[in-house]
Amino acid sequence: MDFNLNLNSTQKSLLKEIADLSNIPDGAFNIRSNSQSVGRQSVKNIQIVSKTDVSGMDIFIKPDTKGESVHIPVIITESGIKEEVYNDFFVGDNADVEIVAGCGIDNCGNHNSQHDGIHRFYIGKNAHVRYVEKHYGSGEGKGKRILNPVTEVYMEENSSAEMEMVQIKGVDDTTRTTIAKLKDGAKLIVRERLMTHNNQNAVSIYDVALDGKNSSADIVSRAVASGNSYQKFEAKIVGNAPCKGHTECDSIIMDNGKILAVPALEANNVDASLVHEAAIGKIAGEQIIKLMTLGLTESQAEEQIINGFLR
Amino acid sequence: MLEIKNLSFNVNDESQEKEIIKDISLTIPDGKLFVITGPNGGGKSTLAKLIAGIEKPTSGQIFFNGTDITDASITERAEMGIGFAFQQPVRFKGLRVADLINLATGKQLTVSEICDYLSLVGLCAKEYIDREVNASLSGGELKRIEIATVLARKSLLTVFDEPEAGIDLWSFSNLIDVFQQQRKDMSNRSIMIISHQERILNIADEIIILKNGSIEKQGEKSCVFPELINTPSSIKGCRGIVKGADC
Repeated sequence: MDFNLNLNSTQKSLLKEIADLSNIPDGAFNIRSNSQSVGRQSVKNIQIVSKTDVSGMDIFIKPDTKGESVHIPVIITESGIKEEVYNDFFVGDNADVEIVAGCGIDNCGNHNSQHDGIHRFYIGKNAHVRYVEKHYGSGEGKGKRILNPVTEVYMEENSSAEMEMVQIKGVDDTTRTTIAKLKDGAKLIVRERLMTHNNQNAVSIYDVALDGKNSSADIVSRAVASGNSYQKFEAKIVGNAPCKGHTECDSIIMDNGKILAVPALEANNVDASLVHEAAIGKIAGEQIIKLMTLGLTESQAEEQIINGFLR
Repeated sequence: MLEIKNLSFNVNDESQEKEIIKDISLTIPDGKLFVITGPNGGGKSTLAKLIAGIEKPTSGQIFFNGTDITDASITERAEMGIGFAFQQPVRFKGLRVADLINLATGKQLTVSEICDYLSLVGLCAKEYIDREVNASLSGGELKRIEIATVLARKSLLTVFDEPEAGIDLWSFSNLIDVFQQQRKDMSNRSIMIISHQERILNIADEIIILKNGSIEKQGEKSCVFPELINTPSSIKGCRGIVKGADC
């Protein structure tokens, strides 16, 4: 079944890229294209309601909702759009859901296109959320593709969230900010993958407060900076209770790429156990040689290594 | 068939030119399993890297099936049919065992085909196929995956650099079986193993003793092997063996 949302081929290809959607998804969804909702569906357990004060939506997920999903992709194909969108997710106690967001910008014009998505998650007791957010840019225009996502996560007792946040291609400028506050027994896992090239600029900021007893956070970022691009990774975990926190930034630099990694830990409780790791380096020569002995050229070997690293 | 003619390899060590490989000439015909042994630092691994194209010789030539490959790249040599199993396998963050075996064969293999290669080296495929080839694998596991990957290429000449290094005794026994299996289909293929292990030396067609960058002795196993094992160590065994001795 094809989309019957009146989308052109560029829009369809962006949707495929950011949300892996080639059909109307099952369950609740809202598809936003060039600042307008072009398709929306609420279901019994998941209601999507437009905000009245600002642009954006409230997404209400009923307690005990299990195995359902929400897709809220955003695509921009008109040059010169600048938007700020607030989406709030209220996840009921004991729910277990998947939320797929993401933004794709195709800018063929000479004006900058910018989407700043502010996503706030209020995750109820014992609830589990799997969140996937992919950012992607395309188009040959001189206008920049700019994305500044803010993700705020407020986690109740024994809730858990797995967040996969990916920006692989085509985004010229981004500041990604993730803030989380965890109560007793809450668990946050973040897997970020970031690739920049040409003259792109990416800043990724994490500020995680482990406020509750036995809360835990595991923030892992894998990044590749090539061309003349620049990345800054700034991750701070604060342990305010007996808790476990781990942050890791593993980066590959190529060409004239530059990366600044600033991991930070703050322990305010004697039973807070916090670890950070950061490593930056070029692709190991022996990795390229190994793949060349399997018949790959040097550039094919590099491509395989990067693809695997950012998988 | 691999032919090495007057091959030398020098390095600059503290501003002094040091000869690692000294004017070696050698022929490895199809259908043969050669084992190269000799003391540490004798040039064995360097010779293997020169054959694979990882190092470039200072002088001399290498021919593979009649083609001069002296200036050929690693990739070109791999495509021509030269395989190389590293002594110390390389780790990759993100690349999985299945990826490496697929890359080695140049095809997207089925799970069952990948299992066949992993089983050869005694690994339970289900547990490994999706594992990343990273630091979470032990040295022995990595080594076995390295060997499976190289076997999957079905190269015309495969060079194994100390395949026994890091492998436990049980797996070592399997390894011998793997090499023996390879011998069954060697009409247009050959294997070169760098090893210190008696049991590997014992399955060789020919043994070469490399010492101080030169071939100290080369001959059929029946000639060289008894001399090696009758001495406390292969290093000591090399002493006094006259190059090219008639046996």
